[in-house]
Formats: sequence, structure tokens, C-alpha cells
Amino acid sequence: MGGHTVEEIKKEVRVYITVFVSLLVLSIATVLVSKLDVSMTVAVIIGMAIASLKGTLVACYFMHLISEKKAIYAVLIITVLFFAVLMALPLMDYQSNEAFTGRA
Amino acid sequence: MSAPVIRYIDEPHPVTGVTNGKFGLWLFLASEVMLFGALFSSYILLRVGAKSWPDGWERLNVPLATANTVVLITSSVTMVMAWVGCKLNDLGKFRFYMGITVALSFVFLVIKTIEYKPKFEHYQVYFYDGATIPGYEELTTITGHLEEDDFEKDYIVFAPDKKQPSQTLPDAEGHGDHDHAEGDHDDHGHGHYADPIQINRYDIKRLTNFGPAHSNFYAIYFTMTGLHGLHVIGGIVVNLYFLLFGAGMFRSNIAQFSNRIECAGLYWHFVDLVWIFLFPSIYLL
Repeated sequence: MGGHTVEEIKKEVRVYITVFVSLLVLSIATVLVSKLDVSMTVAVIIGMAIASLKGTLVACYFMHLISEKKAIYAVLIITVLFFAVLMALPLMDYQSNEAFTGRA
Repeated sequence: MSAPVIRYIDEPHPVTGVTNGKFGLWLFLASEVMLFGALFSSYILLRVGAKSWPDGWERLNVPLATANTVVLITSSVTMVMAWVGCKLNDLGKFRFYMGITVALSFVFLVIKTIEYKPKFEHYQVYFYDGATIPGYEELTTITGHLEEDDFEKDYIVFAPDKKQPSQTLPDAEGHGDHDHAEGDHDDHGHGHYADPIQINRYDIKRLTNFGPAHSNFYAIYFTMTGLHGLHVIGGIVVNLYFLLFGAGMFRSNIAQFSNRIECAGLYWHFVDLVWIFLFPSIYLL
């Protein structure tokens, strides 16, 4: 997060406003898209894709991750790894159910 | 100079390249990711394993949640503007934007309360097999307003919703006794209720409001949005502190103060980030 001279900070403010407007547009998009008559799988993919895009914008610009120090990235890489494991846990249960009962 | 000094609070630590406060805050956020991650994981597990799952947009108040999304995103940008105020050494600007941030956090909580309240006041009653309720013979469960629940009496007085849950056949969607009540929000004016009826207690298998105990859906909904709401309250406490008592440090040590605001901001943006994922996954999918 550079931005120490007044000029640089003013430039950053413009970025924040752009991100803010994008987030509002994407929020409305997420509500509108949810009204579409698509299958659950497609709805989940679209919904989570928009949420991830919004999350990335917040993390990169509001939380300054776009230009952060290596130590922070190191912490976050480990976090992402363990988060992925957490999300994979239900999948394991799903497979073991299948093995025991022969059905999903 | 005898008191122990916490170092690297206003200059970067040579090893990490960031201040200790910021590094610590990121470690804290990493643990927060795991806290919410565990809940998201449980949600996926329960939902995928369930025979049927209600549609969030029918049960929950999407307009209020959408409004809260806008409120939270706006408060995130005002938070970052408060930090810009520190960087520009402009106390007025800091106070202005921090004030809006705190005000919007309260707005979020007020909207949340409006969203929660009707769910605790709206009831569902499930009947035993063979129970016939005059006027509702076809139904095994009805929703409505609990007018009277006096334990001295062997009946309750219940005003059913005019619009009753469409009953699913036991095998059509799997779960016969799991209702599909529509719009338990916004239906709490008396115009929505049919005439009250008496229901004998021995006919009642289960009487519950639409609180966390109603079903897995409501348990997940209240746990996740409730924990998120607690984080909002935490953010209010921190931000209010900086708004009201922080001005001293703004004048004495602006560098350290803007680092504090940056850390408070990181936390606040994280709260926004959690909501960005909570909103579609609980309300819209």
C-alpha cells in the first residue's frame, strides 16, 4: 500500500470509489441472477463466482493485498490451504456414505 | 525509561516488513477464516446430506438482506476513507468517515433485528397422525400466530396463516413432515391470519417458532448470521473507541494512530467479506 504523498493518496481514493461502485453493481447482479431459472449446480457456480469476485476486490483493494509484504502472503497461503481442506471435508463424508450404503 | 516497550508499532519489523500490530491482525483474521470456514463446511455437509432443504429466498427476507449488503459495503468504503483521513493528517475527515462507518454498523444491526423478530413470533404446529383440526383436516402442520399458550388449559389458541404451507407428499420430495412454509417474514400483520382456532394439546406433536430450534435450516441461518452480527458489534466497539477516545493519539502520534485505523479497517473489511459469502449462500441459493 504505497500512497504516502497527497497525490498518491488521491489516486488511491479514486480506486476505492471504483471498487465501491463495482461492489454495488455485483451485489445487485447477484440478486438478479438468483431469480434465473437454472439448475442448482449452475446457480451455485454463478453465485459463488460473483461472491469470489467481490471478495477478491475487497481483499485486494480495501485490505491492500494487491501490494502487501511477503510475510502476510505466507500466512494467507497457509490459511487458503487449510480452508480448502475444511471445504473438502463434506466431500469425504459424501464418499464414505456412498461406500457404506451404496447410494449417495 | 524502565517500562517495557512494545516495539515495531509504528515502524515495520525488519523480519516481516510490516508492523507487529498488522501482522498480528492478519494472524487473527486467518483464525477467523477457519472459524467461519468450519461453519460453512458444516452448512455444506448438512445441506448436501438433507433429504430436502427449504429455499432461502422463500423463508428469509431477501430485500432486507440486500439492503444490509449495501449498508455493509458502504461502511467498508467509508472505513477506508477514514484511514485516508489519517494519512492526509485530516482529523475532520477521519471523524466524518469514521462516524458514518459506525452509524452504518448500527443501521446494519437495526435491519438485522427487524429481520430476526418476526421469525420468533411466527409459529408452526405439527399434528399427530389422525388428528383432525376443523377446517384444516387435510393438513399435518399449520403455520400462524400463537394467540394463547396457557399451560393451565389443555388447548392452545392459534391463528393460522391464510396462506398455508403447500404440503409435500411424503415420498414426492422425501420429507413429508418438512413443510414448505412460504414467506414467514413480513406476514405478521393481523390481516394475514384466519380466525383463531383451538387446538387440543394431545393433537400436537410439536409446536415451535421459526427460531434456531425450528430446523437445520434455521439453526444454520441463526448461527451464521448471528456470529456475523456479533462481529459487527465487535467492530462497533473498536471503531467507536477510535472515534471517541482516539483523537489524543491522532495529535500525539499520527503514524501509530493510522496503523491502528488500518488494522481496525482490515477487521471491518473482513466482516464485510464474510457477509459477501453469507448473503448468496444462505439467502439466495
